[in-house]
Amino acid sequence: MQEVAIQSPAESVKTDAIIRAEQIEKYYSQPSENRIQVISATDLSIVPGEIVALLGPSGSGKSTMLRMLTGLSVPSAGQVYWHEKPIADAEINVSIVFQSFALFPWMTVLENVEAPLQARGIAPAERHERSMKMIDTVGLDGFESAYPKELSGGMRQRVGFARALVVEPEVLFMDEPFSALDVLTAENLRSELLELWEKKTMPTKSVFIVTHNIEEAVLLADRIIVLGRNPGHIRTDFRVQIPQPRDRKSEPFTQLVDYIYKVLTRPDVAPVAAPDHQHPGPRPRDQRQMHYQMLPHARPGGIAGLLELLLDKGGRDDIYRLADDLAFEIDDLLPIVDAAQLLGFLKIEEGDASITEKGAEFANSEILRQKELFRDAAIEHILLLRQIRRALESKSDHTVPEDFFLDMIDEQFSEEESRRQMETAINWGRYAELFDFDAARRRFVMPDALEENAANEEVQ
Amino acid sequence: MKLHPLARTLVTARTWPFVIDVGVAACALAVFFAVISTGTYWLGKPVPVVPISHSIGALPAYAFYSIVRIGIAYLLSLTFAITYGYTAAYNPRIEAWMIAVLDILQSIPVLSFLPPVVLAMVALIPSHQMGIEMGVVLLIFTGQVWNLAFSFYSSLKSIPREMLEASRIYRYSAWQRFWQLEMPYSAIGLVWNSIVSVAGGWFALMACEMFTMGTRNFQLPGLGSYLQTAADSGDIHALEAGFAVVILIVVATDQLAWRPLIAWSDKFKFEQVESADRVTSPILNLLQRSALLTSLPGQLWSHIEEPMYRRFARTKEARVVHPLDEGTSRNTASPALWTIAILALTVVGWGALQAVLMLRTVTWPELKLLLEGAVATFLRVNAALLISALWTIPVGVAIGFNPKIARFIQPLAQILASVPATAFFPILLIGLVKIGGGLGIGSIALMLLGTQWYILFNVIAGAMSIPSDLREVSSLFRFTRWQRWTRLILPGIFPYLITGMVTASGGAWNASVFAEYSRMPGRTLQTIGLGAQIDAATDSGRFPVLLLATIFISLMVVTMNRLVWRRLYRLAETRYKLEG
Repeated sequence: MQEVAIQSPAESVKTDAIIRAEQIEKYYSQPSENRIQVISATDLSIVPGEIVALLGPSGSGKSTMLRMLTGLSVPSAGQVYWHEKPIADAEINVSIVFQSFALFPWMTVLENVEAPLQARGIAPAERHERSMKMIDTVGLDGFESAYPKELSGGMRQRVGFARALVVEPEVLFMDEPFSALDVLTAENLRSELLELWEKKTMPTKSVFIVTHNIEEAVLLADRIIVLGRNPGHIRTDFRVQIPQPRDRKSEPFTQLVDYIYKVLTRPDVAPVAAPDHQHPGPRPRDQRQMHYQMLPHARPGGIAGLLELLLDKGGRDDIYRLADDLAFEIDDLLPIVDAAQLLGFLKIEEGDASITEKGAEFANSEILRQKELFRDAAIEHILLLRQIRRALESKSDHTVPEDFFLDMIDEQFSEEESRRQMETAINWGRYAELFDFDAARRRFVMPDALEENAANEEVQ
Repeated sequence: MKLHPLARTLVTARTWPFVIDVGVAACALAVFFAVISTGTYWLGKPVPVVPISHSIGALPAYAFYSIVRIGIAYLLSLTFAITYGYTAAYNPRIEAWMIAVLDILQSIPVLSFLPPVVLAMVALIPSHQMGIEMGVVLLIFTGQVWNLAFSFYSSLKSIPREMLEASRIYRYSAWQRFWQLEMPYSAIGLVWNSIVSVAGGWFALMACEMFTMGTRNFQLPGLGSYLQTAADSGDIHALEAGFAVVILIVVATDQLAWRPLIAWSDKFKFEQVESADRVTSPILNLLQRSALLTSLPGQLWSHIEEPMYRRFARTKEARVVHPLDEGTSRNTASPALWTIAILALTVVGWGALQAVLMLRTVTWPELKLLLEGAVATFLRVNAALLISALWTIPVGVAIGFNPKIARFIQPLAQILASVPATAFFPILLIGLVKIGGGLGIGSIALMLLGTQWYILFNVIAGAMSIPSDLREVSSLFRFTRWQRWTRLILPGIFPYLITGMVTASGGAWNASVFAEYSRMPGRTLQTIGLGAQIDAATDSGRFPVLLLATIFISLMVVTMNRLVWRRLYRLAETRYKLEG
């Protein structure tokens, strides 16, 4: 049934691509032989006349992909071509709209918009005229001499758009452009962007938007690419055949959203409707050593909350509907779902989440019992927490430095991800009273041993 | 009430634009005259010992010479700091080295640079007064450059990634990036560090205008020499007038330069919302109303800049997007770079070897004296810090908790921190001699004079930053006095206290060199200490001892920074930070 809305993009990819990535990879070399694969070898093309949305859970390398396609980051292997010329030597004409806007706060709106033109050596008079016109186009006339800090978030992103469009880019890149804005402002800006695109007010030939918001992708894109993680790879790449303007409530729309949810929540299964020319690329070399699970960055309180909600709904519900009820974006909800699944509190089937027996008991218990259940589940299912606990039990002074475990997991994750993994592990372990963590000395401590020291100092 | 964003453009009504413009023009004329007269003096025959007149009429000229020295040294420092910081931040291959060098240079007391710098400059420009003058200017430079360089470097390193990416994707030239991103982003740090730097410059200047090196005496016309000779001859009136001028200069710098700069740099604040309290400066308002000043530089600037932008845009560099990662590490080093590296290595190696050979001439008694001195100075510096902390914490907290007093005292403490303590050394010494106390204790008092204000200033700021709801909680729960201090006040001011102590500690080490040794007419006052050793070695031209003493001081300062201050700093940043 999804096939109504989906079609393979294969026919247009070959020849007239503006940007074409050929087997690009990103990895970081470790001091040891291992290397951390962020993105495995991937082919990707941007052709004229389409809005492409790149979707994926956090950690799938969406932003890295964008930066490689714009020439801001050099692929570790493979090559990116701009009109069939290597991107490092080509005079490319692209813009990026950033999530944090990246405006220069010491410059007025006008100066911010003029700056890219100045870099291209355009004379002051023409610069001024083009910038003023673009400021009008994005609806900011009258604000040209204001400073960014005097504007609201939505208006600041309008400046971001004006600055991006004033150079008349061939491809407009956007890195989560609406996720720092409130819902209404984002909606408003999205529809204005579509209007500019449809009316050909901007000379841009193609738009590439990175997002974690599934509805946003379905609303805007002519083509959607879904990335998977560990390491980042393309899971599916398809065309959206729903005519504009799209109605969020219409059957094809909700079906497509549902389909993408299913793809995202079942990382291990190949997408049903995926075009068969798609090959996710060779598995990275260090795959066999991946024995630590990737801990989703969720809080125990969030997990309990989700399970309780699920119990209220009879123990089983569609994840999409859950997110809707909670007014959560997928990136906020998925880690919680993943975590609950990892701990054995939840099972995912066909985009539906159903609570397990353990999960139901957890949701029904009072706080101390919850901690006990969480502790048992954590020791049973999560290797890192089990190891920390064992190490603490076997050492005579019952303390172990954080670095000891960081060294073990950073064979497998990037440095930043290792820190985040550790943070999550500490968070969970503290909640479950598996151990305590002395943040000043960066050491894990057995809870009993800590109580003795606790009297000395506890300044907040 | 906040001004509507559009109101900014409407406030162009000026009261007396013409009068102000005439004033500005007059200033320009005065500057012209000053340049001419300094030029003739500097290009004249070298006179190592310029006789100093004690008449009050001569003071403006002396003050002027001192200000010129500070000014030139400051401009040199700024240029150097920006070049150095920029090079370090953008050359990952030498970055770690450059920062380590900075760390060490920072720990060396100014006076240790005196013999090499002055001898080199005098040798370089033997036929003009400029040689000696440049020596002193460079000496002041060494007193103010390092923290500026650090500040610029760390600002560059902390520019948000997306802003860098924006500058790359829009293909900014290095020039445009410098003026539109890097400089504005670093401006606030540079302004605040400039205040500290210039204060450090005055501190060094007071002691450097008059010195002895081996058999050679140097005495340059300036405030430092004036105060020193006045103290030597016991001319109280001259001393009073001299002090008045020093304080006047400090206050005037604060009002005419720093406050306008701080107020102006507010626009570079990297914040998303406009903050409520900001420094205001009537001088800045006045300057901004001058029609001449607001329009002329901008026009001139764009005449220079526009052709540059056009030229940059035509280069091949400007046509491609430069990647942010692996940008520099990928291309292999050119042969020229290798040659330079090898050459530098050879020179450094040879120099180090010579220095080590020179150190061998240090005799055993000298070494013993140095070691004793190291211990004595270490104890003295920390005693000064401890005493400063002991009195400034209660006083500072009391002031900080009372906003009315704080608003008045805070800027005063800031000014006091900028008053060069060395200016008062001669008179204090006379007092000490009269009381009969030796320099052993006296030098602690001298160090205190220079260091305590930084701590006071910061403690006040810390106490003011403790949120009033936390204070209310402490009175609600009837905290005892002990609890109040250990649970609320000390943790609350901790980050500020550490900031103040770090600055003060650097100042105290530097001051030890000035404080432990003093030449007075007819006799030399000194006590056991590394600082005294450095001074004595300079006086007698015993360079191996000077070198060894400097190495000791440098070692102790670097070790203390690594082991104590940096840790406390990290603790302050993580644990005791009150989230705004």
